[in-house]
Amino acid sequence: MTNRRLRAERSHIPLTLRQGAAYNFASLILLQRIIVYQALTQTPSAESISELASQALAELDAVADADEAEHWRVAWLGRRGEITGLLRSIPQLEAELRRPVGIAANQAKNVLEEAVSRRIRELAQAELAARGALDVTLPGRSVVTGRLHPTTQIVREVCQAFMAMGFSVVEGPEVELDHYHFEMLNIPAGHPARDMWNSLWVDYVNEDGQQPMLMRAHTSPMQARVMERQEPPVRVVVPGKCYRYEATDATHEWHFYQIEGLAVAEGITFADLKGTLYEFARRVFGDDRQIRFRCDYFPFVEPGVDMSISNFVDPVTGRRPINRDEDWIEIMGAGMVHPRVLEGVGYDPQRYTGFAFGMGPERIGMLKYGIDDIRHFYRNDVRFLRQF
Amino acid sequence: MLIPFSWLSQYVDITLPPDELAHRLTMGGIEVGDVITRGGWEGCVVGYVRATRPHPNADTLTLCEVDPGDGPPLEVVCGAPNVAAGQKICFARPGVTLLNMHSGRREELKPASIRGIVSEGMICSEAELEISDEHEGIIVLSDDAVVGAPLDDVLGDTFLELELTPNRGDCLSILGVAREIGALTGQQVRVPDVSYPDSNTPASALARVTIADPDLCLRYTASVITGITIGPSPDWLRDRLTRAGLRPINNVVDVTNYVMLEFNQPLHAFDLDAVTDRHVVVRRAADGEKFTTLDDVERTLTSDNLLIADPAQAIGIGGVMGGANSEITPSTTNMLLESATFHNLNNRRTATELNLRTEASQRFEKGLRPELAPIALRRATQLILETAGGEAAAGIIDVFPDGDKPVASVPLTVRRLRQVLGMDLDIGRAESVLNSLGIATRRSGPDSLEAEPPYWRSDIAIEEDLIEEVIRIIGYDEVPTTMLSSPIPYHRSDAMTTLKDDLRDALAAAGMQETISYPLVGPDELAKLGNRVADYQQLLRVANPMSAEQDVLRPTLTASILNTLAYNRGHNHGGFRLFELGRAFIPQSNGLPQERELAAGVMCGPRHEANWLSDTESLDFFDLSGTLSTALNRIGIAVSLDSQDNALFHPGRAAGISIAGDMGIGVIGELHPDIAAAFDLDAEPVIYFELRLDDLLAAQLDDDKAASRFQSLSRFPAANRDLALVAPAEVPASRVRQLIERVRLVERAELFDVYDGENVPEGTRSLAFHIRFRAADRTLTAEDVNRAINGLTRALEREVGATVRG
Repeated sequence: MTNRRLRAERSHIPLTLRQGAAYNFASLILLQRIIVYQALTQTPSAESISELASQALAELDAVADADEAEHWRVAWLGRRGEITGLLRSIPQLEAELRRPVGIAANQAKNVLEEAVSRRIRELAQAELAARGALDVTLPGRSVVTGRLHPTTQIVREVCQAFMAMGFSVVEGPEVELDHYHFEMLNIPAGHPARDMWNSLWVDYVNEDGQQPMLMRAHTSPMQARVMERQEPPVRVVVPGKCYRYEATDATHEWHFYQIEGLAVAEGITFADLKGTLYEFARRVFGDDRQIRFRCDYFPFVEPGVDMSISNFVDPVTGRRPINRDEDWIEIMGAGMVHPRVLEGVGYDPQRYTGFAFGMGPERIGMLKYGIDDIRHFYRNDVRFLRQF
Repeated sequence: MLIPFSWLSQYVDITLPPDELAHRLTMGGIEVGDVITRGGWEGCVVGYVRATRPHPNADTLTLCEVDPGDGPPLEVVCGAPNVAAGQKICFARPGVTLLNMHSGRREELKPASIRGIVSEGMICSEAELEISDEHEGIIVLSDDAVVGAPLDDVLGDTFLELELTPNRGDCLSILGVAREIGALTGQQVRVPDVSYPDSNTPASALARVTIADPDLCLRYTASVITGITIGPSPDWLRDRLTRAGLRPINNVVDVTNYVMLEFNQPLHAFDLDAVTDRHVVVRRAADGEKFTTLDDVERTLTSDNLLIADPAQAIGIGGVMGGANSEITPSTTNMLLESATFHNLNNRRTATELNLRTEASQRFEKGLRPELAPIALRRATQLILETAGGEAAAGIIDVFPDGDKPVASVPLTVRRLRQVLGMDLDIGRAESVLNSLGIATRRSGPDSLEAEPPYWRSDIAIEEDLIEEVIRIIGYDEVPTTMLSSPIPYHRSDAMTTLKDDLRDALAAAGMQETISYPLVGPDELAKLGNRVADYQQLLRVANPMSAEQDVLRPTLTASILNTLAYNRGHNHGGFRLFELGRAFIPQSNGLPQERELAAGVMCGPRHEANWLSDTESLDFFDLSGTLSTALNRIGIAVSLDSQDNALFHPGRAAGISIAGDMGIGVIGELHPDIAAAFDLDAEPVIYFELRLDDLLAAQLDDDKAASRFQSLSRFPAANRDLALVAPAEVPASRVRQLIERVRLVERAELFDVYDGENVPEGTRSLAFHIRFRAADRTLTAEDVNRAINGLTRALEREVGATVRG
């Protein structure tokens, strides 16, 4: 009875104080051995083993840390532990007692082994928890990452859409000759269509008194350059910077990118143009978009069109209505390559046909991301750039 | 170009609502930018000013007795200077909602006391009716307006605002648009009759025309009208011109403008009595010849400009503007009416040179057909007789040097339709579309036709033009959608494009943000970099820059990226790591400039965002050099840096960047404080690099032959040793490392400490390396490693005078 009271008292010691209780615990074990000795001097029975096991479990409850638990294990289950001793004493028992005592003792051993390993895990867990919790809400150590300029990203996305359809990417000079920029594109000197490209001319006069160089206002000159240096079939896209003499506002920049495309071979038709640009629109804008073509004019294509995509999403139906003009957004000019352009590079226009198109990646980005002012693109404010 | 429905409907029945019509026109290539509705003035009526008297309390106000048509006259206060008794005016009663000129909002008109007199309504100006901004004077309606009639019926109209492409100059005329609508909606077009009664005297007896330069004037037609009376035009004519946005002048000038808007042919009226010898000579100007145009500006001409002249003097610039010396005056009684065809490109050039882009030149420059000239001439002659009286001479003067050449017809075949469009179109269907546009056709075979471009269209010359005419009216929706079935060309990716893409990715992955800036810079920017004026004059410049700050094609990316950095430092906090790939332009003695592909980058500011964990040091040279090496390494390029001073950089803190084989590909360094200060970047060190990508590419291509071979991984363990060396201070660390790594069995040497304080002799420094030894075929023994260390210490001693630190 004495030791039970003692244990009961111990179990009321708050956990925080138990660490200092190692000495008390050692004396406790001494005490317990005396009791066990008393128990074993009597003949063991299933009842006395059960009582012994309860006593062991109660003590296990009271251990405060992994060290104490280890002491407990040695005391009860170690080579000289009480249960081990009990099991060893079984052969000396009377024959009819051996079996029930053996079963009880083995059961007790299993129960205690399981209990102590559980208790050790619990204590280890509690120790980890107590060792120092983190304020997980503190900001973590960040790694610096960079991003590509949104124009670069859109140019890539567009080019990749066309590369998947067999187009190659080529680039060309930003300072162009009038010859490639206009003449070869069926826009002779003095042609009123030249007004469509308000050009920045380079301050250079050649021997003939002409000013033959300009900052390119479109990437279309590469049509002629590419066709001049290779035979059909041709499939290229030409991304690059362009420049126009133009006042800037929310929708106009004097410096911008253009992606020109050209496909020339035998048998290419306007129907192919539709299919190719439709596929592009689905890849870049999603497959719920529709496209529409209307007649437009560019001197180097005939027939010439511009392409619009369906834009507005109806908030109720989630669909894109297409019955009003404002439901459509114009995104590029296109058309069948003008026979004079083909003749100019030495292709037979009766044999070869092709289409060309041109679009502005900034405009596509503005549509995709809801950017309201084109001037953000080249102001390079990192607050803008980091959003993409 | 504004197209009023009230005028348009004279030539074609409009069977669609305005918005639907605008849509159809737009889809067909005549883009309607806006449909403008004028009207909606509920409660406003035509009023009649019966009498006026001065306001007793205000000199500038008039009291008007206005008859509203359905009740007793009302007293109305009017402040307009042009109000007068006997006028039909736009009258708004109290209760009507109009634009309040003072508040700028639409408000209900209330009876108001103006200087002590209650005004029982308002006489409106164009501004109050939102027709225009004109609010100085009231609108005076034509005399035939019915008093009491709703104003909507009198002034209301709908307008199409067109945004035309340069090929469709024909739609700069009302009839041109009517023809387009006719084809799109299946309506007949009513072309006005152009006949008129004439006298017995042939025109050629009254005047003479000579074309001296037929290359610039393709046709010159003229009629002669005698005994005319110059005066204001009739109301209908004034009203139409006003609605179309032109100011009425007098009956003759108004008719020429009217017919120009109707048929697209500009005309010019001369006072015949001011034409010497009644002889018109169309000739090039003499170089330096001076001429005063109608706008009273004296202009100096060249032989590239075409003049309308008489034997004594010039009387007009052909197709651009007439002269004051021959214009129609109130006393003109005899006139010569010109309807000519000028060479479009020459006309455009003259108008551009003289900065005189007139209504006439805008039409001529797009190319008018010579067949149009006599038709418009007859129409205008007819209307002048109607509005100014007089007598027209018999016939017209018609000088048409190439008049005997037939107009070339244009073929169209089903085969070509299929080849271009990818669809089968019946020739009959194509033909009926062409006919609906007024294009006459004739079948040349079962599946082909010949089409004759009509006199108002100058944009139909080849078969593809006809194909467009057909499909734009049918609609592109009818064309099938197919995928390209032609052979895919062999794909060879451009090495420079690939390098640029790879480099961008690698720099971004290494923490740098890409920027893209304008490639035009200004002299001030370049001066900040220390460029001298002489250098600047060597550079390529823009002939017509938009501003003096952007007139040089940049020879370097430095100024661009420093500006980007300075902008961001002004607007944002934190450290900046920016890079840009772009071109610099190097003038060549002949032809196009060299466009040099460059990459540039900067770092500046704190290394870390303000953070509870981190240090607060600034980004320095080694941040950028490490980032750059890492990024280049990522794309298979190993670089080495060698101390190399450069005016751009802080002395002693700059390096040349080179790749194996000692090929220089760029520079890196801490920006010189003076340059940083010039860009307002002197608060913290700015580290900058620039790479020449063409050099990088060349080296990479050389390298490619050997590189990118897999190296097998040794399965034997490495042995690690640390070694502290004392080396003369001027020996570059990279040199020491190279020497160590050159020794057999050394796999890698990593510098982990640099020290030059106490216990290290003056003029030397300590460099400590982790050295990793490994053999491919065995586990190294201690003797192996010791032998290797002995070897490398000897080499270091010999090569750079470095010794192992005790």
